[in-house]
Amino acid sequence: MNFDLAFKHWDLFAQGVWMTLHLTALSLFIGMMIAVPTAFAMLRGGIAGNVAHGYVYLFRGTPLIVQTYLLYYGLSQFEVIRDSWFWRPPSYLRKACVEDFLYWKICVSDFIPSLRSAWWCAVIAFSLNSGAYVAEILRGALKNTPKGELEAARAMGLTDKQVRKLIHLPSAIRRALPQYGNEVIFMLHGSSVASVITLQDILGTGRTINAKYYVAYEGFLSAAFLYLCITYILVFLFRAVERHYLKHLNIAEPSAKRGWFGRTVAVPAR
Amino acid sequence: MKRTFVAAVASILITGAASAETLKVCAEGAYPPFSVTTESGALEGFDIDIANALCDELGMTCEIQATEWDGIIPALLEKKCDAIIASMSITEERKKRIDFTTKYYNTPAKFIAADDADFEISADGLEDKIIGVQRGTIHQDFMEGEYPDVELKLYGTQDEVYLDLAAGRVDAIMQDSIAGKEGFLDQDQGKGFAFIGGSYSVPKYHGDGAGIGVRKEDKALKYALSAAIEAILKNGQYGFINAKYFDFHIY
Repeated sequence: MNFDLAFKHWDLFAQGVWMTLHLTALSLFIGMMIAVPTAFAMLRGGIAGNVAHGYVYLFRGTPLIVQTYLLYYGLSQFEVIRDSWFWRPPSYLRKACVEDFLYWKICVSDFIPSLRSAWWCAVIAFSLNSGAYVAEILRGALKNTPKGELEAARAMGLTDKQVRKLIHLPSAIRRALPQYGNEVIFMLHGSSVASVITLQDILGTGRTINAKYYVAYEGFLSAAFLYLCITYILVFLFRAVERHYLKHLNIAEPSAKRGWFGRTVAVPAR
Repeated sequence: MKRTFVAAVASILITGAASAETLKVCAEGAYPPFSVTTESGALEGFDIDIANALCDELGMTCEIQATEWDGIIPALLEKKCDAIIASMSITEERKKRIDFTTKYYNTPAKFIAADDADFEISADGLEDKIIGVQRGTIHQDFMEGEYPDVELKLYGTQDEVYLDLAAGRVDAIMQDSIAGKEGFLDQDQGKGFAFIGGSYSVPKYHGDGAGIGVRKEDKALKYALSAAIEAILKNGQYGFINAKYFDFHIY
């Protein structure tokens, strides 16, 4: 084992961590935007409900790596797509750039999804995938909201829209928090699929190190260690968020003390 | 209990004896025409035919194992196979980990781009271009060594490199000239593409041709395989296989 390699190439790994983190964060954000309307549509039924169910079924029913591969290598086979703006934004948007913005060159087209770029393919695939899983989590939480809570809200004179926005969704999100924390960690690990479509994320960097020095473990173990650290931080954050938002459910003894990760640990009676 | 122990020892001895006659060979499977995975999942190609010819020459049977390029040297070192016959160039970097026989073919590297490409292969010409190469190859080393500022996209297999050139995600690709011609330019998907720039055979990056990789301690196997390459070159076996794939001599 030669772990000097990881230190020698810390800059590559730092770029990998950044790639993984902002890919995961952006996908989770867009996924959430998709999930909320999808979850409500599934509850309500009708045509929109059927479409939502179909979408969730499709994306939960197939592996993330297959979805990513189909989007990246599959769609690029069709000339119709390669000739369209989906493939590459029109040239006047590619030329509208700000040079030297924090030492980067940033163009308008950088903000428009294009199937030519591996980065956007990953974002699209991961967002749709995460959207389907989160929609299913939310649907369950929305459905299990106690009837009385909604009746009370209506009795207070809130409109349907207000009930959804102020009572139903916040209450459901609270209860979905632990499951959502799980989904965030799944997405973090799932984002390693990005390395098969040439993105240099944490795993991609590990594979490059392996291939460059003809070793089998060093790159993977360094990558595993980094994923472990990020997961540890995420678990810690979610515990804190849960502690805050699920305070009313915390039925620990008054004498309880805080353990690792902020868990409350009951102190045995003396 | 004793009986199961005896049976276990016997089975180890039998498989041990069997493996003396079979040579486990790591090949790749996504590098036409040298190694290709067929529809049934078996491997075929120039590398595979050479492997079988060498095994025949040594009076052994080849057991070909499809192995990811990324992990092919580790697979050899971990004894998942005994030899790598996968168009692997003999380079100084690789010699630090494994040993090589003498070469069994030698062809230069070349760039491929769209046939109407208007840039030339130089640091300036490639400035805003994206080049695709397979990860962990001499071509990656060459690009990083000669054109460190050019954007490089790394792929797991050579077939994926071709796919992305055809799709227009990269502006040019670099690979072995024969692999590029037979595996891409001569195929349907290679229409509209052509070699660009000259042939590259820089010993520092490209080594001394493709050899068979063996573990450093397996000296006997290394000499036996080198002698077998010599033998199939002399007895016409090599020429026969060569003619099956190429219309010129690639040794």
